[in-house]
Amino acid sequence: MAGAFLLAMLLAPLISALACMVIRSPRIAETLNLVSSIVVFVTAIPLTVLSAHGSHYYLEDYVVIDVTGAWVILCTSIVYLLASIYSIGYMRLLGEDERLWSFYALFSGFALTILVSSVMNNAGLYWIAIELTTLVSTFLVGFERAAESIEAAWKYIIIISAGISLALLGTVLFYWCGSFVLGPTYDMTWDALRQAAPKMNPALAALSYLLILVGYGTKVGLAPMHSWLPDAHSESPAPISAMLSGALLNSAMLGIVRYLVIADAAQTGQLARVTLVAFGLISLLVGALFIVRQSGIKRLMAYSSVEHMGVIALGFGIGGPFGVAGALYHMLNHSLNKSVMFFGAGNAMRSFSSKEIKNIHDMWGRFPVQGALWLAGAAAITGAPPFGLFLSELVILRAGFERGYDWAVYAMVVLLIVIFIGFLNHFRAMYFNAGESSGSSAKPVSRWCVAPMWLALVPLVVFGVWWPQSLWNHFMTASQVLSVVSP
Amino acid sequence: MLIAHLDPLASSIFSLMAIVSLLLAFVMLGSRWLNNYLYAFAAESWVIAALSAAVGFYGGYPELYLIAVLTALFRGLLLPYLVGRIIGRLNVTREIHEILEPSSSLVAGAFGVIFALIVSYRIGASLGLAGTVAVLALTIMLSMKLIGFLMLAVRHEALSQILGLLVLENGIFLGAQILVPGMPLLIEIVILFDLLVVVACFGVLVRYLVAHVGSTSSLDLNRLVG
Repeated sequence: MAGAFLLAMLLAPLISALACMVIRSPRIAETLNLVSSIVVFVTAIPLTVLSAHGSHYYLEDYVVIDVTGAWVILCTSIVYLLASIYSIGYMRLLGEDERLWSFYALFSGFALTILVSSVMNNAGLYWIAIELTTLVSTFLVGFERAAESIEAAWKYIIIISAGISLALLGTVLFYWCGSFVLGPTYDMTWDALRQAAPKMNPALAALSYLLILVGYGTKVGLAPMHSWLPDAHSESPAPISAMLSGALLNSAMLGIVRYLVIADAAQTGQLARVTLVAFGLISLLVGALFIVRQSGIKRLMAYSSVEHMGVIALGFGIGGPFGVAGALYHMLNHSLNKSVMFFGAGNAMRSFSSKEIKNIHDMWGRFPVQGALWLAGAAAITGAPPFGLFLSELVILRAGFERGYDWAVYAMVVLLIVIFIGFLNHFRAMYFNAGESSGSSAKPVSRWCVAPMWLALVPLVVFGVWWPQSLWNHFMTASQVLSVVSP
Repeated sequence: MLIAHLDPLASSIFSLMAIVSLLLAFVMLGSRWLNNYLYAFAAESWVIAALSAAVGFYGGYPELYLIAVLTALFRGLLLPYLVGRIIGRLNVTREIHEILEPSSSLVAGAFGVIFALIVSYRIGASLGLAGTVAVLALTIMLSMKLIGFLMLAVRHEALSQILGLLVLENGIFLGAQILVPGMPLLIEIVILFDLLVVVACFGVLVRYLVAHVGSTSSLDLNRLVG
C-alpha cells in the first residue's frame, strides 16, 4: 500500500516536469505543476501515517520510507503545494510567459529531487540526490536573469558544490569505517552503517562525521557555511525562496540527523552532539546580527531561515524525546511560516517595486487583509505565542535543561529575544511609517498570491494552541528510532 | 582488507601514482594560465585511471577496470574537452589579479599537505595501519581537498573555480580507489555521470555570467552583500 503511494508521489512531479517540457504552454504548465503538487500532498499524508508503524523498504533496500524521512516528505509536500498555488499568481506578474514552461518544469523537477533525497536508503545515493537538488535549483535561482540573480546562482552552485564535496569525502570515509566491520564490499544503507557503528574506529568515525556535518551543514545553511543562503533566497522568485527555505534545507538536515545517529552509536562521545549544538548557536548568532541591521526584505527572511535551521540543529543536537519532538515540530512550523513570510515579501516587493525595507511603508493602510496575514506571520516567526513556533521552541528549551545543555539554552533565549526585537522593528517601520509619496504606486496582487498565506497561517495557529496527540506519538516513534542504541 | 597485505611492488606503484597526482595538483596551484590548469587536470585524471586499473589488477577487483576506462573517458577526455570549450568561448586565458602569488600559494599548499599528513598519521596509528599506503592515500585525499579549497579561495576566474571543484572531486576519487576499492560500482558510475552534469551546468552558467553580468571574475560579483 505504501509502495503505491510512494510511486504516485514520485511519478506526479516527474510526469509534470516532462509534460511541461513537451507542451511548453504557460497556462498548461502551471496547471500541471499544481496538479502534481496536490497529488504529492495527498499521498504524503498516508505515507507519514504508515511510516510510524515501521519502515518500508523497496527496490532491494535502495528506497526507504522511515519515520523521519516521511516527516521531511510531509513538510516538503506542504511547501510544494503552497508554493505551486502562489506561483500561479506571482509568476504571471513577471511577464515571462514564453519561458514559463521551463520554470514549471524545473519547479516540478526540484520538488522531485527533494522527495527522492528523502527516501534514499543508501548514503552514496543520498549524496547524489542532494547534489541533484542543487543543480536543478541553481537554474531556478537564476531564473529572472538579472545580474543579481545570476550572481546568486553562481555563488550558490560554487559554495554548495565545494561544501558537499566534503560530505562526499565524509561518506567515503564512513564507508571505509564500515569496511573494517562488514568487509570490503557492502551496501551502504543507513541500517548497515548503524549496526557496524559500535565496532567502528572512533577517531575515524569522528573525522568522517565532522566532514559530513560541515558538508551537509553548508546545504542546510548552518553558519558559518551559510553565505550562499541569503543571496540565493533573496534573488530567486518568491515561490522558489519558499521551497529553498521550507523544503530543501530540511532535506539536507535529514542527512545530518541520519549520520548523527551513526556517530552516536560509534562511541564518539559527546563530540557529535556538541558540535551540532555549537553550529546551531553560531547560526542563531549570525542570524541575529544580520537580522538587526538588514535592509533587504527577502534577505531578512533568509537570515531568519539561518536562525531557524540553527534552532532545528539545536533540537536534534540536544536530542532526547523532547529535543527530537521539538526539532521535528519546528521543521513543520517553520515550513508553514516561512512560506507565509516569503509570499508576503514577494507581494510587497511586487506592490512597491522594491526589495528594500525602507521603500515599503504603510502596509497597514494599503493592504489590510494581506498585511494582517504577513504581520501575523512575522509575529509567529519570531516565536511569539499563540503560534506553532512558540511551542516547538519551548519544547527544545525544555529538552536542553533536561539533557544538561543549560549554557546552550541561555544563549538561545538571549539570541531569540534579540531576533524578536530586531525582526519586528523592521515590520514596525513597514507598517506604521507613512510614506512620503501618495500611494498611487502600490499595486494590489491577485488572489492566487493571498490564498496560500491563509492556507499556511491557519494551521500554524491551530498547531500553536493544540498539539495533536497523533503528532506527538509520531515524534516519540521518531525519537526512539533516533536514540542511541547501546552497544 | 586490501591494504593490510599488499606486496611491496604494488604498494610502491600505488604510492607513486598517488604522489604524481598530488604533484599535478601543485602544478595547477602554481600556474596562472588557464590552459595549464586544464592539461594538469587531464593528466591527473589519467593517472587516477591508471591507479584504478592497478588497484583492480593487484587487489583482484575486475570491476575496477571498467571504472578505469570510464575515468579515462570522462575525467580524462570529456571533462577537459567541455572545460576547454568554455575557455574557448571566453576572452580570458590567465588569472589577471591574483589574491595570492602562485609562489605563495605553493607554500600555503605545502602547509596544507603537512596538516593533512599529521591528521592521517594520527588516524592511521589509531587504526593500526601506520606506515602503510593507507596513510599516504588519506594524506593525499585530504591535501588535494585543501589544495582545491585554496584554489577556490585565491583564484577568481570562473574557470579556475570549476577546476578547483574538480580537483576536490579527483582527490576523493583517488583516495577511494585505494582505501575502499570494493565500493559498489553503481555509486562510482553515478558519481561519474553526476560530474558530467555538474560541468554542463557550469557551462550554461558561465554563458549567463558573460551575458548578464559581463564578467567571469568573482571579483565583479559584488552586488549581493550583507
